[in-house]
Amino acid sequence: MTAAGESFPLTRLSVLAAARSQDGAERARALDTLFGVYWKPVYKYIRLKFSQSPQDTQDLTQGFFAELLERGLLSRFDPAKSRLRTYLRLCVDSFVLNEMKAASRRKRGGKIMQIALDFSAAEDELCTQAINPASIASLESLENFFEKEWIRSLFSSAVDELRGDCEAQAKQKAFQLFEAYDLSEENVSYAELAVSFSLSLTEVNNRLAWARRQFRRIALHRLRALCDSEEEFAREARTLFGISTK
Amino acid sequence: MTFLSDKALGRLHGSEAPDLSGTRFTLCELIARGGMGAVYVAEDEKLSRRVALKVLDTLDANGDLTARLTREARILAQLEHPGIVPVHDVGALPDGRVYYTMKLVRGCRLDKHVAQLDSLPQRLRLFLRVCDAVAFAHARGVVHRDLKPANIMIGSFGEVLVMDWGLAKIWGEREVTVGEKIFISSPKAEPENPSTESTVITGRGTVMGTPGYMSPEQARGDTQEIDLRSDIFSLGTLLTFIAAGGVQGKSPALPRALLAISVKATAENPSARYANVSQLAGDLSLYLDGLPVSVYSENFFERFGRFFKRHQAAILLITAYLIMRVLVLFFFHR
Repeated sequence: MTAAGESFPLTRLSVLAAARSQDGAERARALDTLFGVYWKPVYKYIRLKFSQSPQDTQDLTQGFFAELLERGLLSRFDPAKSRLRTYLRLCVDSFVLNEMKAASRRKRGGKIMQIALDFSAAEDELCTQAINPASIASLESLENFFEKEWIRSLFSSAVDELRGDCEAQAKQKAFQLFEAYDLSEENVSYAELAVSFSLSLTEVNNRLAWARRQFRRIALHRLRALCDSEEEFAREARTLFGISTK
Repeated sequence: MTFLSDKALGRLHGSEAPDLSGTRFTLCELIARGGMGAVYVAEDEKLSRRVALKVLDTLDANGDLTARLTREARILAQLEHPGIVPVHDVGALPDGRVYYTMKLVRGCRLDKHVAQLDSLPQRLRLFLRVCDAVAFAHARGVVHRDLKPANIMIGSFGEVLVMDWGLAKIWGEREVTVGEKIFISSPKAEPENPSTESTVITGRGTVMGTPGYMSPEQARGDTQEIDLRSDIFSLGTLLTFIAAGGVQGKSPALPRALLAISVKATAENPSARYANVSQLAGDLSLYLDGLPVSVYSENFFERFGRFFKRHQAAILLITAYLIMRVLVLFFFHR
């Protein structure tokens, strides 16, 4: 398993269509991408919803993705009925409950595809987020949590790709501005950025606008591949970049 | 993989949205994006109402775009007409970008609306209301220069509004240019782009308008030639589009008189077109009333057909009466 950003397939097929493809290489790349975007949300979700230990959660996460392949769960997904992430979340619920009931959890990762996931990074993120499980006890909160983690995962990989693009195009300053203004915890003004980067206000604005446009393009490109239809893509794009209405 | 905090996620969600802090407006949602800027729905906190807020996408180094947006707002402010969207306010964001707010029009675009209208007279009456607004603007010395279905909105109560005066020109005013930049907004380039047609704006005022609707003099970039007759050309193409029921590229089998109006309005040479919008609207009204139009000479049969269509009920009544009389006379004299 590679980072999602490195393995993203530039194909006209959506990831789901590619995952159902007869071409083994195409299918493997698609699954790689799908896992890249979803494994962290799945891991964190299992950790919080089922209060499992990190070790058990790792086994369950591996087991879930193995089950996804073994039982061909993706081929049963119907975009007309639900969104992919809702379907996957329900599959996770069902899988974990079955595993817990049978108390026969077993490692399955190496059977079909070796999934090397950086669980320590996910665990560190959970610590950084300092989430109180009691605060997301309700079903609705858990759904929101899963959705938010999915967006975080998608955006994170888009940011990584943007960083690479900026380096390749010698536009590191644009990425640094983007990082300082949009990704940082601190609130800085354009004027402060202009002073610290020795740029004019116009340059700060234009470079930031460029970086944001690139970020948006990359994120939408990735999202398109994860959607099965134009309708789903339009709906998800609105969720990602639509501004909340009052 | 980079870990993004909740705060960063929040910022990235609205990564294209302007920062309205320090203004009386709160951002709600993006509704349109064009070559120069974007239009959002915003809440006016002081008046507790929703408005449309148009803002530049970027700060422009030489101020040309700022001048253009400000000018657009000023032009709109001069055009107080029920068929033209009213402007409320002009201001600048904390980052220096200029914005203006206008009435938020809820409804649908002309191209979507006409497809729902089955009757040709209904569609033509809609077109006449567009003509009203454009004629008013011309009377104030303003040429729209980008009349097309996407720039006309039909409100919830059936009101017809001519939108997007970003390319408008005032006669006698020096052309504001935008350097050598070319802005193209196309839905194919960005799938989330709500706009559906391309607007091309180039430097030194060379080409301004939308291919398919702009006049030949606009396409040539001949800015000195552009006057109200350029809008008449666009209205002519719009008339064909509306008469076809909103199907672009389709050559509808129009009645000859209507076709002649359209041909006159879209003449290659500006001097061969209608001299003003009132003449075009006048001919169209005559057509709708079943009267001869100025640009088409009818033959006898066409004149008779139009006469019959116009007085159909009376002719049928008289004919029925005469037949009755003949029958009565025939039976009484047998």
